[in-house]
Amino acid sequence: MRFVPLLLRLLLFAVLVSFLVSPDTFEPLLRPLVDGGTPAIYNQGSLLSLTLQHLEIVFAATLAAAILAILLAILVTRPFGAEFLPLSRSLVNIGQTFPPVAVLALAVPAVGFGAKPTLIALFLYGLLPIFENTLTALQNLPRSVTEAARGSGMTAMQRLLKVELPLSLPVIIAGIRLSVTINLATATIGSTVAAKTLGEVIIAGLQSNNLAFVLQGGLVVGALAVLIYDALSALEAMLSRRLGLR
Amino acid sequence: MRFRFDKLGIVIAVLAVYGLLASPFAVLKPNRILQGQAKTVLEALPPLAGGVLLAGLALAIVIALLRAPATLRLIAAVGALAGLVLAMGQAAGFLTPDGNTYARVSPASGFWILLFAFALLTADAITRLQPPPWLRVLFLGVAAVAIGLLFVSGSWNGLSIMKEYAGRADVFWSEAGNHVKLALGSLVAASIVGLPLGVLCHRVRWLRASVLNLLNLIQTIPSIALFGILIAPLAWIAANVPGASEAGIRGIGTAPAFVALFLYSLLPIVANTVVGLAGVPRETNEAARGIGMTNRQRLFQVEIPLALPVILTAIRIVLVQNIGMATIAALIGGGGFGVFVFQGIGQTAMDLVLLGAVPTVALAFAAAVVLDALIEMNSRVAKGGRAA
Repeated sequence: MRFVPLLLRLLLFAVLVSFLVSPDTFEPLLRPLVDGGTPAIYNQGSLLSLTLQHLEIVFAATLAAAILAILLAILVTRPFGAEFLPLSRSLVNIGQTFPPVAVLALAVPAVGFGAKPTLIALFLYGLLPIFENTLTALQNLPRSVTEAARGSGMTAMQRLLKVELPLSLPVIIAGIRLSVTINLATATIGSTVAAKTLGEVIIAGLQSNNLAFVLQGGLVVGALAVLIYDALSALEAMLSRRLGLR
Repeated sequence: MRFRFDKLGIVIAVLAVYGLLASPFAVLKPNRILQGQAKTVLEALPPLAGGVLLAGLALAIVIALLRAPATLRLIAAVGALAGLVLAMGQAAGFLTPDGNTYARVSPASGFWILLFAFALLTADAITRLQPPPWLRVLFLGVAAVAIGLLFVSGSWNGLSIMKEYAGRADVFWSEAGNHVKLALGSLVAASIVGLPLGVLCHRVRWLRASVLNLLNLIQTIPSIALFGILIAPLAWIAANVPGASEAGIRGIGTAPAFVALFLYSLLPIVANTVVGLAGVPRETNEAARGIGMTNRQRLFQVEIPLALPVILTAIRIVLVQNIGMATIAALIGGGGFGVFVFQGIGQTAMDLVLLGAVPTVALAFAAAVVLDALIEMNSRVAKGGRAA
């Protein structure tokens, strides 16, 4: 019984990969959604390369966001940056009210069309969940552990690197997981400002009234999100087990 | 005692000085699409106004740097923001050549950096004051009235974004209505369905996992795709169900956008209802049973009031998310502020993008402030009840 979910995921992964490598084999499945002469499989570029570019943008933005968010959370939890803690909280709160489309559109005059505005929007969106989770994790470490580390004569830097960060890792990864899932979906909107993502397939479908395009673009992004979410959940659970937290 | 600067004050001072001296304050463009000439603060304003603005901002920076009381910092920050906004209106009149109706003046990076720096100071001062919820809503109301007065006074009428507005004032307000209807309407519909569904999931254990998994899956489909996927079934309903098309159900337009926002809203509402109800202490439930409450009485008089802060948090998440996502409805003809954003992107007319983006951000921000205040008031009641 325990293997059923894993099996389902492997199946989903297999279907996804075979669709991306040879989309035409799936043509009969999507054919009923469109009228006679209209193509049922996206034909204005390779689905595989769009998917890879989509993942690349999301990965780059989330990586940059994770680095900055973790550094910031470390800063405001040290005595030096404690002054910024209340403000950083309200900024995170305010930041979440900025709609992705607005951020994307407003970045265009500054950096032009293409992948850059998308990277900026995804970067900003990725920051918030990771910062919030890192902050929560660092602030809720068990007192006994931090005191013991202090008592055993560790320096502040040693405590951070050898005790605080490793213990916070599962919660930080949960934040990264949230960021990646949100960003995978948000990246599709990037195609409204000419970024090369799977959004191109969906928008092409919307413009030519082609349901098959919309569906294949949406489902590929959905499948990616499910698989990446589950993989990161598994990583998080493994780390928790190793740390003896569960 | 050694003198120390305020650390945030240093950040604000660096930003503000950079915004003032190293970046342009306004741009003068020959028409709404072409690139323009950047103007610094002193070039963009008449000498007297420019001098007054510089002196005022310098004073605000000094107050930010010193460890001044939070109230004084708030006054300085708000004063600086008001000065910036009024100066921008002045710059429009000063830069536009007489009689030239094509020339456009827009705020440039320096203005935005300064606005950000002093908004940061405002946020920090308010955070330090720790105002009670009602006062935060009052602050929001005062800000809204001030912004309203700014537009009524016409001091911004020379700016490009207001010229974009003047050309399509009717459309602007009807799209604003559409936007609010989409965001609020789908929230109301999702609450009507989601709250009972949440209660059901709380009581019927086997239902919980499958409902939440299904709603989780919906969240992974990107919004533009979900909007598109819904076009076909709704078009079919409109064509085949009698009375549906008279009721406004169509394949494209508002209907698929409404349904998509509704579907996205369900997960936070159902999930938080379940979490909130699960968080009701067992003793409280048993006491309620002990004094002879029926299941229904217990639900409405004990469980829901105690779970209310968690449920309201979901409503906040959903409302802010819906206001943002409603912009995407414009891609499938659903209206809303997104119409201006996407038209602006299409014409590379960035002031038109601003006309759509700024109200969306303002609306989402206002919704967040009001609901945060509501949540805080309710969790106090819940906590007070528990202590008593």
